[in-house]
Formats: sequence, C-alpha cells, structure tokens
Amino acid sequence: MREIHVRNITEAIKELAVRANTDLGRDVLDALHKAVEMEESPIGKEILKNLIQNADIARREKIPICQDTGMAIVFVEMGQDVRIVGGSLKEAIHEGVRRGYADGYLRKSICHPITRENTGDNTPAIIHFDIVTGDRFKMILAPKGFGGENMSRATMLAPSAGIEGVKNYVIERVKIAGPNPCPPTIVGVGIGGTLERAAFLAKKALFRPLGSINPDTELAGLESKWLKEINRLGIGPQGLGGRTTSLGVHIDTAPCHIASISLAVNIQCHASRHKEAAL
Amino acid sequence: MTAVARLNTPLSTDELKTLRSGDRVFLNGVIYSARDAAHQRLVRLLAENKPLPFDLNGQVIYYMGPSPPKPGQALGAAGPTTSYRMDAYAPELMARGLKGMIGKGARSQAVIDAIQKYRAVYFAAIGGAGALVSKRITSAEIIAYPELGAEAIRRLEVKDFPVFVANDIYGGDLYAEGVKAYTR
Repeated sequence: MREIHVRNITEAIKELAVRANTDLGRDVLDALHKAVEMEESPIGKEILKNLIQNADIARREKIPICQDTGMAIVFVEMGQDVRIVGGSLKEAIHEGVRRGYADGYLRKSICHPITRENTGDNTPAIIHFDIVTGDRFKMILAPKGFGGENMSRATMLAPSAGIEGVKNYVIERVKIAGPNPCPPTIVGVGIGGTLERAAFLAKKALFRPLGSINPDTELAGLESKWLKEINRLGIGPQGLGGRTTSLGVHIDTAPCHIASISLAVNIQCHASRHKEAAL
Repeated sequence: MTAVARLNTPLSTDELKTLRSGDRVFLNGVIYSARDAAHQRLVRLLAENKPLPFDLNGQVIYYMGPSPPKPGQALGAAGPTTSYRMDAYAPELMARGLKGMIGKGARSQAVIDAIQKYRAVYFAAIGGAGALVSKRITSAEIIAYPELGAEAIRRLEVKDFPVFVANDIYGGDLYAEGVKAYTR
C-alpha cells in the first residue's frame, strides 16, 4: 500500500485552483492563435486578439482569466493500492479549494440553491472519484464558469432518432446558446449510459486536450464534421458574428439501454481552465 | 467595426444619437456594477417608491461581479456576466433614466424595444477577458449591499473601457446582424 497524506492533497489542490484560474493551457492558446488567422469578421478578430492578450496579462500578473472563477470540479483517479492517511480525503480536497480561492483572490460563487446564501469560501467542490488498479493518484481541477454551464442540457432521445438526431440536438443547442456561453466554445458531448452518465461523459470530454484526435476513428470523424457545421452557424466570437463559434467538439460514449439514447451537451467557454497533478 | 468613439459618462441623448450597432466605444468616467441580486433589490425599491442608492439619470450599469482585488489593485478580474438574466429588470430602470448597460449576450425583445423607447444603449463587453478590462478600471467603491459580496453595487471609475455598441436607439442589433452576416 502506498500512503498519501491528506496534507499533500490539500496543498496540491490549492495550487491547482490558483494555477488553473490564471494560466490558460497551451492547447487553448494555440487554438485561439489559429482562430485569429482564420476569422473573417473584423470584430471577431479583434475579440480573439483581446482574449490572447487577456491570457497573457492573467499569467504574468496572476489575475484570474475571468472573474467567474467557477465551481471547482475535481476528478480524482485513485489506485486501489493507495491508502489516504491523516484525515478525510474529501475534506482535504474541499480544504484545498477553500485555501486556493482565498489565497489566490478568486471569486467565491457557491451558494445555497434555495436561500442563495453564499458559502463564502467556494466550497463544496464537485468531486468525481475513479478507482483504478495500481497505486497512482491523479487529480484534475477544472474551475467551471456558469455562462457555459447554464447553456448545457441533457436529454433522452428515442433510438429511432439515430446519430442524425444526436447531431441535430447538439447543433441546435449551440445555436440556442448563441452568445451566452462566451464563444468560441468547446462542445462536450456524452452519448449513452444513463442520464447522469451522459452528463458526466460530456463534462469529462471537455478536458481532453484541445486539438487532440479522438482515438475512436468513428467519433473523430463526427467531431470534425460537427465542428465544421457549428462554425457555419455564424455565431462567432462572443456571438457578435464570425467563423469561430467553437474551437472543438469532444465526444465520448458509453453503452446504453435498448430503449434510449441518453445525450448530454456540456458547453465550455473559451476560458477552458484545467490543471492536473499526480502525487 | 464602423466607427470608434470615446464617450464620457453620464450619457446624453445627443450622444446616443451618434451611436450605431457595431461601433467600437471607449467609455470614460463613472459606471455602476450590478448583477442579479442587486437588480432584484433596485426594482423592489422602485416598486416601494423608495430612493435608490444612486441616481439613475444618464448612468451606465455594468453587469459584473468582480473577483477580489489583490493588494494594490482596484478590482480583480472584472469582465461582464450574461445579460439575459437582467432582462426582467432593465426596462423599468430605463424608464427611470438609465441610459446605458454593459454586459454580454443578446437581449430580449422587450429590452430591445425599451432601448428604442427610452433612448438608451446596450454595450457588449468581451466575456472572459476579465484580466484585460480590470486594467481599465481605476477605482472601485462599494456603495450598496456590501453583504452581497461580488454582487454588491460598486461605483467604478473607468478609463477607455472597451465595448461594442450592440443595441442602439434605431433598433440596430449587432447580435442579430453579426450572425446573419456570417451564416452559411
């Protein structure tokens, strides 16, 4: 059994929260640079350039990329041969979020769903555990802004809808979302499983590196076809018109029931923030 | 982009006549930040015939809830939030003298109509460019509802704050026009 102390987990999460919010990933920056070259709309071009400038300022001065520093989503991949010592694993993660959002001057956006009272420290985080073989321990922290989250949806299609029905739903969702999720977006699509599995797959798909090719060749084909179709919608950067509505479509699938196609579309704004650490 | 203008707040109707959807504008002077919770309170005060924490006449409201300032900063990241959530409140505020709104995303038909009726303007700022626009805010002071934290009403002084005219007094709508121009 490999032992990991909760202290190290808290410290790692704290650092991930600050870094994710201030240091935009190279993959997203590369995609934005490419989009500046391709964009035909002058306003769109100017917006894309401003987004690159914004990321540079944020990294240099350690200012959040966006004031919506999100709800902290933490994916934990934990080997079954790892033993956590020194306290509660969950509490260690929440404590890391608490400290990261305080020390990093990040906005606290989490409140009670009914009274709307703010928890004051951006906890609780949303934690997804995946137990794997071996003794590795990996955490991904993604601050998810709610401009994109508010525009996300899940549905249950009839099997007769087929892949054409899935595509239509995804494209229609991007169209309805329009300017609200801060395009250029990344579109995460989860197909199959149950209602919550589809939503989970859609979310997880967002954090695949932008520009990477889906290892499933059939899905890779759908991703590039749907992206082209989305970028013909004309929504453009910030929804003010242009070619760059989305930077990528990421699809993941799971087997589903014979009676259904579960489907979720999770939209991520251009500030696609996520960092990972292995302990 | 059809024109570039520098404007000082408060805004006058004469100035609003010169603005067209798609124009690039740099704002200077005082603007007020307010989002969901603050709007709810402002409209409640109006319904109860009570005074507002600031005079709306000619003023500009920025739909924004900042991240906390680091030592030496006026504000942290300070980009716009999505405007449709304020659509229910905006016409009422325009009827009482509000002249400008800054946010991101398209407005409802009722807001677009009110912009024409009351001669106001809706500016689009760049969502997710919170660090960049923070540089254009020179001071920030909470003037109401400190208990709302990021959602408190702040009096902001801005210098060359960059926005686009999205909806003008002539019914122009950059969100509709822009998308139409690039749909294939």
